[in-house]
Amino acid sequence: MRLLSTLLIGISSGSIYALMALALVLVWRSTRVVNFAQAGQAIASTYIGYVVITHTNNYWLALPVAIMAGALIGALSDILLIRPLNKRITSGPVKEIAPVIATLGLLGLIRSLVGVIWGGDLKRYNAPVSINGFTFGHTTIPFSRFNLLIVFTAVAVMAIFAFVFQRTGLGLALRASAFQPEIARLAGVRVDLVRTVGWAIAGATGAIAGVLITPSTSLSPNSLDLLLVLGFVSAVIGGLESLIGAAIGGAILGIGLALILEYVSTSLAFPAAFIVLMLVLIIKPSGILGSKAGRDA
Amino acid sequence: MSLIIKNLCVNHGSIEAIHDLSFKVEPGELVAIIGANGAGKTTLLRTLSSLKSPASGSATWDDSDILNKKPEDLVRQGILHVSDGKTVIPELTVKENLSLGGLWRKDKQDVALATNEVLDLFPILSERASQRADTLSGGERQMLAIGRALIARPKLLLLDEPSLGLAPLIIDQIFSAIKALRNRLGLTVLLVEQNAMGALGIADRGIIINLGKLVAEAKAKDLINDPGLSAAYLGF
Repeated sequence: MRLLSTLLIGISSGSIYALMALALVLVWRSTRVVNFAQAGQAIASTYIGYVVITHTNNYWLALPVAIMAGALIGALSDILLIRPLNKRITSGPVKEIAPVIATLGLLGLIRSLVGVIWGGDLKRYNAPVSINGFTFGHTTIPFSRFNLLIVFTAVAVMAIFAFVFQRTGLGLALRASAFQPEIARLAGVRVDLVRTVGWAIAGATGAIAGVLITPSTSLSPNSLDLLLVLGFVSAVIGGLESLIGAAIGGAILGIGLALILEYVSTSLAFPAAFIVLMLVLIIKPSGILGSKAGRDA
Repeated sequence: MSLIIKNLCVNHGSIEAIHDLSFKVEPGELVAIIGANGAGKTTLLRTLSSLKSPASGSATWDDSDILNKKPEDLVRQGILHVSDGKTVIPELTVKENLSLGGLWRKDKQDVALATNEVLDLFPILSERASQRADTLSGGERQMLAIGRALIARPKLLLLDEPSLGLAPLIIDQIFSAIKALRNRLGLTVLLVEQNAMGALGIADRGIIINLGKLVAEAKAKDLINDPGLSAAYLGF
């Protein structure tokens, strides 16, 4: 029972890491930018969701509002920051690194703005369903209705991703622009626009992760920083190129962390993430789906 | 609708890849640009499809300027560039590569019609529809790239070395497909080639360039029969 419930908790937290990883992978493969600002975009969206919750007490209204805010912030990040940089800097080592540094700057900027608007103190809001663990007979496990909701939401998001990417014209344009932007252009695809849509989808996905994780923690301008790190670790475990890899990476990290915290020590959260990462990369250096085949998904 | 190029100069890094190039392609004409490696052929096509900016000069299609535009906008004007080497997206299936060519078009019925025409023209693409494009042979990739361009209902085709890396038998097949397309659809075609014999064999007119400069311009037949030129530039 103890093992089963640890696995379930691992899958629940892994679902949130997977969402963050999906957002990061989406931006990485469409624009080759390691987007540190993903945590900033998510935190701003989560605060907007928090405002909706405090005014309406309705989590189910807050979630779509946060998603839309995340999409908008994501799109604006690309249009106002990344696109101009890529237009101005066309070659040299600066070309690779400038957008990454810019996203670091954006992360700091958003955190400061959020702090100025909402203050630095910890905010809280409640989960929409019970956070008390399920009870079987006389035993209560830590896995709650809310954990189930998190897993369900993450699976739903991945199903939507799979549908959009594999079955729609937008998905085809997103994949083509990510793999071979020049050929996509010559086929008539508006690659710049498609990339901005990719940033918007990533922003929306990060917002979902932020709104889902906050009831279990608390909200402050840097409360999603750890999630950013765990999202990156999941993305790298998954091979960085693959959306399915990101999902699998999140699950591996979630379960691995839960096992270490339960059976080894609760003070190991942060190093444990890197132990899991190292283990995976030693066994499979390119990540779970890091080969060219990983780009299929 | 003709393609008119005047005094075009294009730099490639610090090198002048195209120098003061002027020529005209008449509506429905198939013109071959012949030159060795490094003659500036690819640079010329990349400039005409706005993948590259020129240093100076002008180029117009259908009386409108086509330089320094967005490639995806030129596609909407009927200018389709089939680039050399990497012509298809290896990670996508054959079907997806084809669909890509019609994504921007509103008239989905005509896209379906054009797709069927392409599959009739190159039946092998039909057989391979659900395979990844990187499983195709060189010739099949070239057919796929040309097919994708056709789905856009092009008016001007810019073809960059379609014979590159193909076996002689396949080259003949690709060249006759290009000629047949021109004849049937009335396309204007600018074909850039190192394979002078093959390209001049199907072209109406040939232009020979060397180190970015125009060396000779004449009817394709006359170029083939000019002993001086063939020795100096055509390699036969």
